[in-house]
Amino acid sequence: MSVFALRQPKELYESQKLAIWYFVVAVALFGAQIIFGLLLAYQYIDPNFLYQKLSFMTNRTLHLNAMIVWLLVGMMGGVYWFLPIETGREVVGIKLAKFIWWVIVAGVTAVILVYLLVQVGPGNAFTLWFINEGREYVEAPRWADFAIVAWVAIFLFNVIATTLAARRITGILGVLIFDLVALGALYTAGMHYTVNVTMDQYLWWWVVHLWVEATWEVLVGVVMGWSLMYLLGTPRKLIETWLFLEVALVFGTGILGLGHHYFWIGTPEYWIGLGGFFSALEPLPLVAMVVHAVYDAGAHRLNTVNRPAFFWAVTQAFGNFIGAGVWGFMQTLPQINMYSHGTQLAAAHGHFAFFGAYVGTVLTLVYIAVQNLGKRIQIPLNSRLWTWAYGLLVFGIIGIVASFTISGFAQTMIERAELGSTWNAFIQSYTHPWYANTHWWRFWMGMLFLLGYVLLVWDLLTIGRKRAAVEGAHD
Amino acid sequence: MDYSWIQIAVAAVFLTVVVTLVLSRGYGWFSVTFWRNAAVVSSLVMLFVLLWLTFDTTEKVRPGEGQVPPWTVINYQVGLEWNAAKRRQVPAVGEKTGFFGKVYGSEEAYALINKGKMTLQSRNCMECHQILGNGAYFAPDLTRAWLDPWWEERVMSMVGAASHEEAMKTWLQHPDKYPQGRRRMPNLHFTDEEAVALVAFLKWMSAIDTNGFPPRFGVVK
Repeated sequence: MSVFALRQPKELYESQKLAIWYFVVAVALFGAQIIFGLLLAYQYIDPNFLYQKLSFMTNRTLHLNAMIVWLLVGMMGGVYWFLPIETGREVVGIKLAKFIWWVIVAGVTAVILVYLLVQVGPGNAFTLWFINEGREYVEAPRWADFAIVAWVAIFLFNVIATTLAARRITGILGVLIFDLVALGALYTAGMHYTVNVTMDQYLWWWVVHLWVEATWEVLVGVVMGWSLMYLLGTPRKLIETWLFLEVALVFGTGILGLGHHYFWIGTPEYWIGLGGFFSALEPLPLVAMVVHAVYDAGAHRLNTVNRPAFFWAVTQAFGNFIGAGVWGFMQTLPQINMYSHGTQLAAAHGHFAFFGAYVGTVLTLVYIAVQNLGKRIQIPLNSRLWTWAYGLLVFGIIGIVASFTISGFAQTMIERAELGSTWNAFIQSYTHPWYANTHWWRFWMGMLFLLGYVLLVWDLLTIGRKRAAVEGAHD
Repeated sequence: MDYSWIQIAVAAVFLTVVVTLVLSRGYGWFSVTFWRNAAVVSSLVMLFVLLWLTFDTTEKVRPGEGQVPPWTVINYQVGLEWNAAKRRQVPAVGEKTGFFGKVYGSEEAYALINKGKMTLQSRNCMECHQILGNGAYFAPDLTRAWLDPWWEERVMSMVGAASHEEAMKTWLQHPDKYPQGRRRMPNLHFTDEEAVALVAFLKWMSAIDTNGFPPRFGVVK
């Protein structure tokens, strides 16, 4: 057992009990994301399926929003799990944290019901405030934006107040606070309405890009740092040095890497050069994470207290690099992006990057929590079932990404390069066999992914209990 | 702004490295202090450059100032022309034709396009289409929708409309009746006012200079 894990008291902290609720909701929304994704995949095959009842746009809104919420909830749950261990005390303001949590759960339920039952509204401010804001990724109506800001603000208060009360700031806590301030502030950049669509998208990317390609990546660095200390007993000094290196590279390349979203929206031409240059460097921190993961895993000869969490952590490092780094680099240079932008290739990158960077992270955290739930802690945590869930999820996502990549190449060539990007060119591309043949393939890979999810849930419910008696692990 | 992107990029990286090295004198490459300094310095330098460029960009994207057209562009004929120096298409504004048989003043045009933008968001268009290349990938990119030859080649006669804008308005109000391709747009029940406003927004957007995206629009060999 690692040194870090020993500091876990027998009784869970209140903050850790709250973290479990975060993980339960995260995993449930993961399921919802998969279901809506499968509906989308089927609507690619048969566009008349649920036409005008549950249209593509509604399913996609739910597919995206479920994803954003579950990944953020999962990572915040990870912070609530490790914060008391890091500071050696209960989280300050835990009652407030519990209160806002149930407000958020109620709010998310209300938003989902409105998306499903109301879907769209008249073209006025009422719709944007109460039904749907109509901007990809931040579709949540404006009232929900305020709830989200309040939620992040209370979370930030919990972290800062707990750190102050513990009278000890570590490098990890410093990075976490720095990052959460940026994360909360950036969300407000998306909370406005602008007629000028160029300015609208300029600030919209501050939320979307500077969340997923900057502040979220650093949040991953924080929770994965704690996870590695737990899983492998990696010394704090090593973790903190790497974490600072990550922050230097992620913010050093990612902040101006934002420019790769400003190539074609009506912004000045200097963004083409700046965005191309800095976003081409964005894979650097991801390479560093792989180096760190391989080094750490090798140094401990794969000895860990929790095998599923450890495998998801290593998968996270490689998945982040390949999905975000390689698939992103493939289309980030403006010379290529001019043709590939807005095609299925972007969806290929999106699926691979979110899975690699964030799904791997949250599942690592969930398995660490699961290990500590029972009366007896099983060391190492292991089962046969998790390997099946892991294998199917990884295989499924690779299949989905491959199908998007092939249809993306076909679309880029036929619609953009050959036929001049018109409506007709678009129809010619998606009816071409090279594109259309990937639909079924994508759907069945999605079904395998769903099977992986079902096994994952089953494993999470049983892994802690089943073998505890057999292993006879100590407390 | 008088600086090229190369100057900005080199200055930002140079400043980050030099300030980090100065602050970290006496500490080795592998020390926590060195990388803590690097993290703080790189974040602040890049944030500063971003804010500075944001002020510059905000000035340049005001409608009528640079690449973004004035609201009243909807009164004119809009097209694309090949710019030989830039080796890409740029929007071209032609003669005054009016919009739905009317010439809009600046305030009126703004109000109409505003209504169009609200309509675009309220009907969640971006979750199937792309706007300036961003959105979902189930339906065509709308950046140059106004300029699409399909309206005149096919839709005008199909819906029995007398003009380009009339064809767009009628089709948008009844996409379920006039399917194009395998994927059909749902009927989103646009009112007359919303449909006209939406067409105005699309016309205005098609006159934005997007640095050449989508490439070679409408040019088929």
